[in-house]
Amino acid sequence: MMNAALQATLEFLKLYWAPLLCGVAVVAILPLIVGYIVLVERKIMADMQARLGPMRVGPHGLLQPIADALKLLIKEDIIPENADKLVFWLAPVLSVGAGLLSLAGLAIGPAFQIAQDINIGILFVVGISALGIFGIVLGGWASNSHYSLMGALRSSAQLVSYETAAGMALVSALLFTGSLNIKSIVEAQSKEGIWFVLLAPVAFFTYLVASIAETNRAPFDLPEAESELVAGYMTEFSGFRWSLYFLAEYTNMIVVASVATTLFLGGWLRPFASVHELPGFHFLNFLDFIPTLLLVAIAAYCVVRTPKQPTRVQELFMLAVAGLCFVVALVLAAPVVLRVIKPSLREAIAPFYAGIHGGFWFIFKVSLYIYFFMWLRFTIPRYRFDQLMRLGWHFLIPLSIINVLLVGVALIVGAHFQLHGWGLLLVTTPAAIVALVAAFLILALEKQHDARQEQTAASDFYAG
Amino acid sequence: MLDRVLFYFFAGIAVASAALMVTRRNVVHSAIFLITALLATAGIFLQLRAEFLFIVQIILYVGGIMVLFVFVIMLVNLDVALQQIQFARQKWVALIVALALAGQVGVMFWTSGKMPGQGLPVLTAVAANRLPLNSEAVAKSLFDSYLLPFEIASVLLLVAMIGAVVMAKKRA
Amino acid sequence: MLPIENYLFLSLALFIIGVIGVVTRRNVIVVLMSIELILNAVNINLVAFSRLYGDVAGQVFALFIIADAAAEAAVGLGIIIAFFPEPRNGAGGRNGFVEVVA
Repeated sequence: MMNAALQATLEFLKLYWAPLLCGVAVVAILPLIVGYIVLVERKIMADMQARLGPMRVGPHGLLQPIADALKLLIKEDIIPENADKLVFWLAPVLSVGAGLLSLAGLAIGPAFQIAQDINIGILFVVGISALGIFGIVLGGWASNSHYSLMGALRSSAQLVSYETAAGMALVSALLFTGSLNIKSIVEAQSKEGIWFVLLAPVAFFTYLVASIAETNRAPFDLPEAESELVAGYMTEFSGFRWSLYFLAEYTNMIVVASVATTLFLGGWLRPFASVHELPGFHFLNFLDFIPTLLLVAIAAYCVVRTPKQPTRVQELFMLAVAGLCFVVALVLAAPVVLRVIKPSLREAIAPFYAGIHGGFWFIFKVSLYIYFFMWLRFTIPRYRFDQLMRLGWHFLIPLSIINVLLVGVALIVGAHFQLHGWGLLLVTTPAAIVALVAAFLILALEKQHDARQEQTAASDFYAG
Repeated sequence: MLDRVLFYFFAGIAVASAALMVTRRNVVHSAIFLITALLATAGIFLQLRAEFLFIVQIILYVGGIMVLFVFVIMLVNLDVALQQIQFARQKWVALIVALALAGQVGVMFWTSGKMPGQGLPVLTAVAANRLPLNSEAVAKSLFDSYLLPFEIASVLLLVAMIGAVVMAKKRA
Repeated sequence: MLPIENYLFLSLALFIIGVIGVVTRRNVIVVLMSIELILNAVNINLVAFSRLYGDVAGQVFALFIIADAAAEAAVGLGIIIAFFPEPRNGAGGRNGFVEVVA
């Protein structure tokens, strides 16, 4: 029996060593990446507020995440007096677990996917990341504090409200694909030759807003705003437990950005990717060089700024960064240049090109999406909680449902006239406009209704 | 072999969580154990290659119904509930009757196939790698053969929604 | 897939535990949760047979049961909230107990 078990284990490892290794790598590296995303956010916040941000720890503050992580790890673990110990321990674990598990279903490039070829691809990612709600609710309850509980209930009410809108927005984009599999979604965008953000702009807008609310980011961060409920459900968690919640929040941001990128922004496709082999559009292939040029530009900027650094350490550091960017630029340039120089090697290079450049474009688009999140955070003031719920239930949900209906109608009309690719814009743009108009109409009618009710109530008051 | 390990793992978690759920004094603990039982059931669905049902169970049951339960539990005052008697007076009779029922059905399962002409069909399931794509098959079935139940289910959900809203409104 | 008996016994075990919960516990919310457990046991049964016969109808049936369970949980919990009013003047509070009428 033991022999059979050992044999079975070895067979399992032989089949699944690659996904297991990728999974372990992701779980190991993700805290580091999240730490640096936080640093990037603080630097961007500083830049938008005309200051420098963390500069003290390490050159240009680059060791700040490590210092933060060390501090959080060695902090005292405080548990409130009558808190339920089991649930107090479990809550952050649930949040982080849900976030990390949903990362397993995502595909960074055509070759990088931990759980390969899931039939329910995108639904798996969305569904598992919805399990994070329990981490919030149970955490707030386990803290044995009224404010934590209120913050937790508000936060989870917000998440649940915007989940429906986000799901419907995803359905609008999925109508063009016919499959939930992530590779099929990106292949459909490649086949149509147009990204779904252009075919379903209302859906993208809805998903954008809903994803900001889903991750509790500003302007929807009332439940965890410091001036409102201290830190909401996270108040009583300190040290490592708090860092788990933090990790969960930023992991959710990455997941949500990846889902949006896959469905709307073409996943790992280069802009105008499907004109690769089309004659007459060959001039667009210069876009292949954009990754390389971008990194060379960053390297050049670092070299130019080197003499202006105050200390020697920072000078060396700038040169090191420039060198690193240059090396990455070379790696990115290799497949493209080789393909031009030696056309005979085209088939051999194709998977490398797809993998490396696909990975670059995907990470680039996810970074743009996350940068937009950060930009919004430091620009727009917070929504009050009832305004937040009103936006979700009274605007976004009708908008997304009407959008699904109209996009479906548009597709049927398009299929009837046999429109493909860019031709579908002829039918989907009117659908988008009608959906927006309908949603605003509903909102206006409601406002009228509310105003009328207020009028009658006021007159009763003066009469009584 | 992997199938068997997965089944026993998820089945063990499901039964243990269910047993714990029914016996806890603290309602929040019961809810947490129900969540684990439902997640284990979803795992069983996945092991049976019913992928769409797996994710629907997680999104609807765990992510929807259990969130609703946890919300309501938090609106209920728990301290008084913790002091009161948890189990009804008929608990021993109920236990005996339930175990008798379990024994009957268990014996029926056990002896099926061992008596001639009776019992469960001796079929072998289709090999896993020759199954059709699950989401597509369920969708096709839902919109082809079972369209009427689908529409009726949506009316049912609409009725439940209206009922819940009506009950939640304050008396004027 | 394992032999069908495994799934049947699992389903039976969950069903019986759910029945014990419904009949034995006094707390209304625990009773509702046990009902959900019973529905899940039935779902496992349906999906196991669906896999055995290769017919996806079992999974569609289970899907409808899940939708139905959602509606029933919503209405049931709404009734609990409506039936047990908010505590007044520091009274014992809404405690969700079904009082056994002796």
